[in-house]
Amino acid sequence: MIRAIRENSLILTIFALITAGLLAGTYLGTRDKIAAAEREVAQRALREVVPDELHDNDMLNDVLPIPGNFLETLGLNQPTELNVARRNGRPIAFIIPATAPDGYSGDIQMIIGINTDETIAGVRIVAHSETPGLGDKVDTNKSDWVFGFNGKSLNNPNVDNWKVKKDQGTFDQFTGATITPRAVVNQVKKVLLYYAEDSERLLKAAEQSWNNKLENETGDG
Amino acid sequence: MSTYREITHNGLWKNNAALVQLLGLCPLLAVTGSVVNAMGLGLATLLVLTASNIVVSLVRNQVSEAIKIPAFVMVIATFTTTTELLMKAYTYELYLILGIFIPLIVTNCAILGRAEAFASKNSLVLSAWDGFTHGLGFGVVLVLVGAIREILGSGTLFANMHLLFGPAAETWTIDIFGEGYSFLIAILPPGAFLVCGLLIAIKNMIDGEIEKRQSARKVIIKGAKRVRTTGKIS
Repeated sequence: MIRAIRENSLILTIFALITAGLLAGTYLGTRDKIAAAEREVAQRALREVVPDELHDNDMLNDVLPIPGNFLETLGLNQPTELNVARRNGRPIAFIIPATAPDGYSGDIQMIIGINTDETIAGVRIVAHSETPGLGDKVDTNKSDWVFGFNGKSLNNPNVDNWKVKKDQGTFDQFTGATITPRAVVNQVKKVLLYYAEDSERLLKAAEQSWNNKLENETGDG
Repeated sequence: MSTYREITHNGLWKNNAALVQLLGLCPLLAVTGSVVNAMGLGLATLLVLTASNIVVSLVRNQVSEAIKIPAFVMVIATFTTTTELLMKAYTYELYLILGIFIPLIVTNCAILGRAEAFASKNSLVLSAWDGFTHGLGFGVVLVLVGAIREILGSGTLFANMHLLFGPAAETWTIDIFGEGYSFLIAILPPGAFLVCGLLIAIKNMIDGEIEKRQSARKVIIKGAKRVRTTGKIS
């Protein structure tokens, strides 16, 4: 009896060691490739909001932390960074991540690009689980709806009209789906309000980080 | 060889994991909204099933009855995680779409079922073939359901195939009913049940037809002592 237990546990241990080794090997072998794939997807989304013709910096690695007291407004539940788009070193737009918590089927994750003149550069939905055929029209694969935000700001339309038409606002809803666009419009408005409040500090911080970077570079050379 | 033919027939048709054993229904119903999703999960399952059958067959004499199940589960979990990492590395966007259903391959009873029922009792090559044909049988049904749902639901076929086959496949999309077509119920979960049920019905119909012909032939040859008229029980 004791012998059987010993033998069995030995065999299971050997099994566990071999399988763990195999997993470790695969992990190490794919780690860089996975990181590259993740980066590429993130970068593609940023580029869609601020295309390559407009900026000349590495937006993915040009980041500023979002102040903790604003995280809740943006619907983010952990410290996150926003990306800076620059041309010749001067910030031209900030790309801010946000989550609308009140989609029809849970969270709608998006990024919102805001030009330094407080107009919207672009909005992209990064992840959602809205109903296919109805709410998923917020996705650029399905419809052009999110492009409607381009160029809009808190003055255009007026703050009070940042709603879907059904709520006497300016933005179209979808046939059969009001909840999803309502959630997105509302969240984009919140991001604009956040930017209006925090833009002065953001611009300074962006300038600061650029200067730091230049200093580091000359220091290295 | 007749054993190989038997295994193939079992895996693809007679004992098909999806249509006869009704194993792995959860992924079958959940990811078959389009061909590319179905094919992604089908290939992943095929890979895990074949690899786990091979390893289980290799170690079948070292593993005693008492620790058989934990050892097999460990093997299956390893291959599932390996597949997950590979998909993440090479088909990242498809990995994002399939999400939880890749790790859930571990819980696909079809895989543990083959390990336990076949690979733990048979030689390496036979087990590998068994895993491959059963995986293929499952995958083909996935793709079939995916294709029917994609055509009915979105009006396209082979949309987004580049997620699996690279940029060259971006032009593979066949638009059948034109822009803006959509038939919601086919994309939603009920559509999966309906299509899957339809396929099972078709398979049973074909089986019934084959049986009828065979018994008819027997009647002629043997001169029919007794003709079976009752339906099949299982």
